[in-house]
Amino acid sequence: MTPTVVLPVVIGGLYAAGAYLLLDRSLTRVLLGFLLLGNATNVLVLSAGGPAGLAPIVGYAEPEEMGDPLPQALVLTAIVITFGVSAFVLAVIHRSWRLVRQEVIAVDEEDRRVADRSKARADALDPDDIDPGDLPVEDSVLGAEDRPPDLGPPTGSDVEGRLARDHAGSASDDIGLPAARRRRR
Amino acid sequence: MIRVVAPLPVLLPLLGAAASLVLGRYPRAQRLLSLAVLGAVLAVSVTLLLLADADGAVAVAAGGWPVPQAIMLVVDRLSALMLVVATTVALGVLVFAVGQGVTDTAAQAPVSIFHPTFLVLVAGVGFAFLAGDLFNLYVGFEVLLTASYVLLTLGGSARRIRGGITYVVVSLLGSLLFLAAIGLVYAATGTVNMAQLSFRLAELDDGTRTMLNCLLLTAFGIKAAVFPLSAWLPDSYPTAPAPVTAVFAGLLTKVGVYAIIRTQTLLFPGAGLVDDLLLLGALATMLVGILGAVAQVDLRRLLSFTLVSHIGYMVFGVALSTVAGLAGAIFYVVHHITIQTSLFLVAGLVERKGGSTSVNRLGGLAAASPVLATLFLVPALNLAGIPPLSGFLGKLGLLQAGVEAGGVLPALLVAGSVVTSLLTLLAVSRVWTRAFWRPPAQEPEADTADASAAQEAEAARDAAGSEDTGGSDGDRPPVPAPLRDEELEQAARTGADGGDADDAEDAEDAEDAPDAGVADGIVPDGIDPDGGGDSRAPTGRAVGAARAGRRGAGVLARAGVARRYPELRAALARQAEAASAVAVREDDEADELRPDQRRPLPPVLVATTGALVAVTVALTGLAGPLYALTDRAAGDLLERVPYREAVYGEGPADSAEGVP
Repeated sequence: MTPTVVLPVVIGGLYAAGAYLLLDRSLTRVLLGFLLLGNATNVLVLSAGGPAGLAPIVGYAEPEEMGDPLPQALVLTAIVITFGVSAFVLAVIHRSWRLVRQEVIAVDEEDRRVADRSKARADALDPDDIDPGDLPVEDSVLGAEDRPPDLGPPTGSDVEGRLARDHAGSASDDIGLPAARRRRR
Repeated sequence: MIRVVAPLPVLLPLLGAAASLVLGRYPRAQRLLSLAVLGAVLAVSVTLLLLADADGAVAVAAGGWPVPQAIMLVVDRLSALMLVVATTVALGVLVFAVGQGVTDTAAQAPVSIFHPTFLVLVAGVGFAFLAGDLFNLYVGFEVLLTASYVLLTLGGSARRIRGGITYVVVSLLGSLLFLAAIGLVYAATGTVNMAQLSFRLAELDDGTRTMLNCLLLTAFGIKAAVFPLSAWLPDSYPTAPAPVTAVFAGLLTKVGVYAIIRTQTLLFPGAGLVDDLLLLGALATMLVGILGAVAQVDLRRLLSFTLVSHIGYMVFGVALSTVAGLAGAIFYVVHHITIQTSLFLVAGLVERKGGSTSVNRLGGLAAASPVLATLFLVPALNLAGIPPLSGFLGKLGLLQAGVEAGGVLPALLVAGSVVTSLLTLLAVSRVWTRAFWRPPAQEPEADTADASAAQEAEAARDAAGSEDTGGSDGDRPPVPAPLRDEELEQAARTGADGGDADDAEDAEDAEDAPDAGVADGIVPDGIDPDGGGDSRAPTGRAVGAARAGRRGAGVLARAGVARRYPELRAALARQAEAASAVAVREDDEADELRPDQRRPLPPVLVATTGALVAVTVALTGLAGPLYALTDRAAGDLLERVPYREAVYGEGPADSAEGVP
């Protein structure tokens, strides 16, 4: 039997597409990427069993004609595991959507901290830093129109210098984090 | 006897988890069940260790299938020892979690989910340690990982979901790599049974073998957080509840280390090139990890970084592939599991007592609670490797092994280990001086000249500009201080009751907090910015003031940006609104840290943590017998014969090759 080209090409294509999707910020795409990678891996394991053969049932086929049953068993287990974990990831995505109305991966806490430390406040406050993951949390209790239009003190020009002084030498995890630590205790 | 007992460390927790789910409505019964199950598993593990140490390795074929086809459970000295340590730590953490659940009466975390998941986690860890073939190692990994996903996102608050996503995606990728590696191993050798692999892999040509080895190591390196693959850990661990973080820190990475030990000894012994790579990885892990730890001010993140850093020691010992190196690595694994778990539990206590895990905001804890200070100091010194303690003995063993091995790389590693040890001491002693020794009266920020200068400037400016701030507030006339205080108190109360957040409260947050925070820092009798206004210790007050200031600044940051990017403004306004509502409803940490709950340290928690710390100290006393045991285990591993004989029986090992 000649080796088939189709399977390696399919596996490679699935891996490439999966890796590409996995690098996206949108969690749904990450999930799709994970599914593609999982399928690629399953096909890889399946193709590890060697050439195709008849069903491995004693009495149905001679042992020489049988396909290798072990990779099939392994793949079956792997599919179940992938399925379960995908369901969990989907639940997490849904939860993330409920919480922050976004399903993208937010800017990392450590990045924020490093940005806070630098004196260049302008960099730390670029729109990417308050990316949507940080924005509206949960279904709002009050609509935007109920809010006073101005949140901060009027001296807007000095806000950044003030921040720099406030946070000199400190690395606060409060900055820009949603919800968790804003409430007075 | 051992054949009956061997599957129990997997079976008991799984059955217990099922029963625990059924008992979901009866928390007390659930707790008792979990404790009983883990106690039984511990007893079984100790029995296994004693038997395995006395009689050598034993393999059990599940279901009575013939050997290479069956699902094998292999108990040798290494796996039995790991089981004992893992179960001990898990039991301690469970008691801690139960104690926490009992004292925190508020229904924050779904405790009924916690118990079954925790038991599944223990089952997965046990299965990974006992698995006799690669695929079941994968299944064990998946079982424990799936349980860990649930535990890490327990309660589903925004922070945890965010940290959990990183962890889940990285772990999934690691699992897929592992599975792909298994597929390739099977394609190359036609088996996944580890004993059989140990024969067949040796027949492959060098290139294929090295590739398979690297693939497996990459997969395990992600689990074990070896340097280039370790960035996920400090981001995801600190967000979980204290007991969960503790058990993760203790167990999960060590399962990866265990898998690395198995791979490098049983499957790919004497892989020169890969071992050199591992040595370099170990060096980078140690140094990068500990530099990260030195830069951190948050206690939990700091501990996460030391966790990464000290994985390097174990990898160092494994990569030496000498008996002394392996023995040192195994000893270090045992030491590190207990020490990291107890330190994370102590971090949980510190958070409870001081209301924060940031060392910039903590202070005077040594005076406030000498017990807590002792509980932190002993494991911290142990971690850094101060002479009489087990951390020192573990490091000394590894250093000796490195010196014996000779060569340039081991010498570099020895130097790196010493530097890492010193930097660990630096990191933990900074926590000690700031969080514990600093007098409580001292302002949290006053420890850096920079910060105190900034504060003074701030205060001066506020004194001059307060009128300006109040006057130009277009929507609301300035409110006199007493009224504000009342309002705050009321708002805090409604907040605590889970009621709606009114916009007056939010405006307070945005405008008053920084001023009040600073004012309180400077003038002790000023406005108390904390809604509670109760008779709290000066520490708590200063901490609270600082926090209020920061929180206000956070709002300012948003406001400043909103001004620059008007299209974001509406969204920000809604966020501020929703954030306060969510803070109350979602975030259990906020509940844990309410002033009235912050002060007491429940005796159960202290006792549990104390017991674990006592175990770490006892490791020092037991170091002699333990080192002898790890020596024997390392000898077994390098010899490889006991493992093969356990699987294939006493016959001549090569006869196994006849089996398809």
